[in-house]
Amino acid sequence: MAGRTLYDKIWDEHVVASPEGEPTLLYIDLHLVHEVTSPQAFDGLRLNGRTVRRPDRTLATADHNVPTDPLSTPIADPISRRQLEALEENCAEFDITLFPRGHENQGIVHVIGPELGVTQPGMTIVCGDSHTSTHGAFGALAFGIGTSEVEHVLATQTLPQQRAKSMAVTVEGQLPPGVSAKDVALAIVSRLGTGGGTGHVIEYRGEAIRSLSMEGRMTVCNMSIEAGARAGLVATDETTIEYLRGRPGVPEGDEFDAACDRWRTFVSDDDAVFDAEVTLDASTLVPFVTWGTNPAQVVSLDGVVPAPTSIADPDQREATERALAYMGLEPGTALREIAVDVVFIGSCTNSRIEDLRAAAAVAKGHHVAPDVRALVVPGSHRVKSQAENEGLDQIFVSAGFEWREPGCSMCLGMNPDTLKPGQRCASTSNRNFEGRQGRGGRTHLVSPVVAAATAIKGRFASPDEVNP
Amino acid sequence: MKPVSIIEGRAVPLERSDVDTDQIIPSDWLKRVERTGFGRGLFAEWRDDPDFVLNRAQFVGATVLVAGPRFGTGSSREHAVWALMDYGFEAVVSPSFGDIFRNNSAKQGLVTVVLDANDVDQLMQLVKDEPSRLVVVDVEHLRIEVPEAGWLRTFALDPMTRQRLLNGWDDIGLTMRREEAITAYERSCLAPTLTGIFDDAGHVL
Repeated sequence: MAGRTLYDKIWDEHVVASPEGEPTLLYIDLHLVHEVTSPQAFDGLRLNGRTVRRPDRTLATADHNVPTDPLSTPIADPISRRQLEALEENCAEFDITLFPRGHENQGIVHVIGPELGVTQPGMTIVCGDSHTSTHGAFGALAFGIGTSEVEHVLATQTLPQQRAKSMAVTVEGQLPPGVSAKDVALAIVSRLGTGGGTGHVIEYRGEAIRSLSMEGRMTVCNMSIEAGARAGLVATDETTIEYLRGRPGVPEGDEFDAACDRWRTFVSDDDAVFDAEVTLDASTLVPFVTWGTNPAQVVSLDGVVPAPTSIADPDQREATERALAYMGLEPGTALREIAVDVVFIGSCTNSRIEDLRAAAAVAKGHHVAPDVRALVVPGSHRVKSQAENEGLDQIFVSAGFEWREPGCSMCLGMNPDTLKPGQRCASTSNRNFEGRQGRGGRTHLVSPVVAAATAIKGRFASPDEVNP
Repeated sequence: MKPVSIIEGRAVPLERSDVDTDQIIPSDWLKRVERTGFGRGLFAEWRDDPDFVLNRAQFVGATVLVAGPRFGTGSSREHAVWALMDYGFEAVVSPSFGDIFRNNSAKQGLVTVVLDANDVDQLMQLVKDEPSRLVVVDVEHLRIEVPEAGWLRTFALDPMTRQRLLNGWDDIGLTMRREEAITAYERSCLAPTLTGIFDDAGHVL
């Protein structure tokens, strides 16, 4: 019998029931909740006289629509305010721990789970947000769900699930200098396409993945959904364990040692067989920028805007033409000649301390180009405090960046941080969809260091142009 | 949810690929705490264009949406399904769907029909040629038909989703029949809980 994949192991350990002819009922160890995809679920519970089965496995934070203005500023939008109040009322009614706006543990849901140590190897984790795949960096099976499923998990702590197929994405070799986890993620999405991972759980493997920090692995797993895969995984190793050591949700002493022994089993067996396998050579990767309106439309920072005429498939050609028209781009234009109006450093993809350190190192001693608005939105209050302790906020502010309060912010433009129609943005977030960052806004996805360099130059740029 | 067996209505050809859930319902609409009224936000960014297919008189009142590949990718927002249904759609046909969107649709009773790209193209052409043509989606027999054109295809749906649609079953109610199994599982569950990490105000103890 062939060995089991990491996905198989987590799945097998969480089967509550597998009735004939029905989906498997899977137990959920941790349910993360935020204000946007939960109010209708809590309403559903009340309507049906149901309650939250396991408040001790449910954790809530405000993130999607919180303003990133100073905390003393009241929330101007009454609909946003009402949604945040609803979360507070629901958490109070059902006895769920909540980190509201301004709380020291508040932040983007996929930043706080790991940093508080409540995301651990071998767990099943869900959240009403497609970027829940982020937590897979810890060897946890983590995936996004809709509001009906949020209600289901609140009521039963389980989900009926069909087993997914497994896909190994192996990144062999070492990343060249200046190439970050974000570039790895963009390369993978570009290779698979937006639908290539549909129906699969991806396990990221290979030397380049092993060499990444936990934060880098989170960036890669975060964008699994951009390739259509609901979950991404990285096997547990010593990097995972060292990251978790000492965090609030992690046990100490003998209990920690026992937990580590268990965590180390969350790896695929050597003879495990995957349903699909894809291999990338890390040495061929470069800093990438998206040019279009889906995250698979990727080009090298050194490259040019592609020409639709070079595409044989008529549907693809038409989609490319539409994307270029929306983005206001001419084929053949060098990326480095394209000017930007806004730079956004933040989101569950790239708002952690290492991202901010990397961006600050590029920006230090320089100034944001005239007419460019540059925002830095830390992923959480903990990230923000740490950055301030390291003086990163001063570097950003001196360089002309806005240093803001934590939240999802301009990644999805639910709060006041939005692009105006026609504005072009270099963004460290995960989606360049039409209107994603504001109606008519034009998003280019980049790494934190390219974002920082672009802010300084006012056009797409690499760090070595800023600091030769 | 209401049982769904036969959907019979006119169809709208949405000739675009990669229609993500941000395009189906922009994030501005996600601030609402209600479950109804999202139809007005459906494809909001495109609705201002008088030539957008939903704005053409011949397609008003259609109940079947025929779309290009990778429909409903991206964000997990179930609001996308609520918007489509609130607008009046009962079924969406595409060569492929985003996984989360397809799940959400099944929970709400929006029927997702996957056909080969060629068949979707044919259906689109039939509808474009004659927008008044009725399209019939039969969940019982897993068939989609344009009777007037003599066009018929079968489609696949996992048996449980089909049963749930036909009977209008409530998923949570179904799972609650497994109460004993859940309780038994919890007795041996190895994963830690949040107990002892935070105080009542969410501060780390």
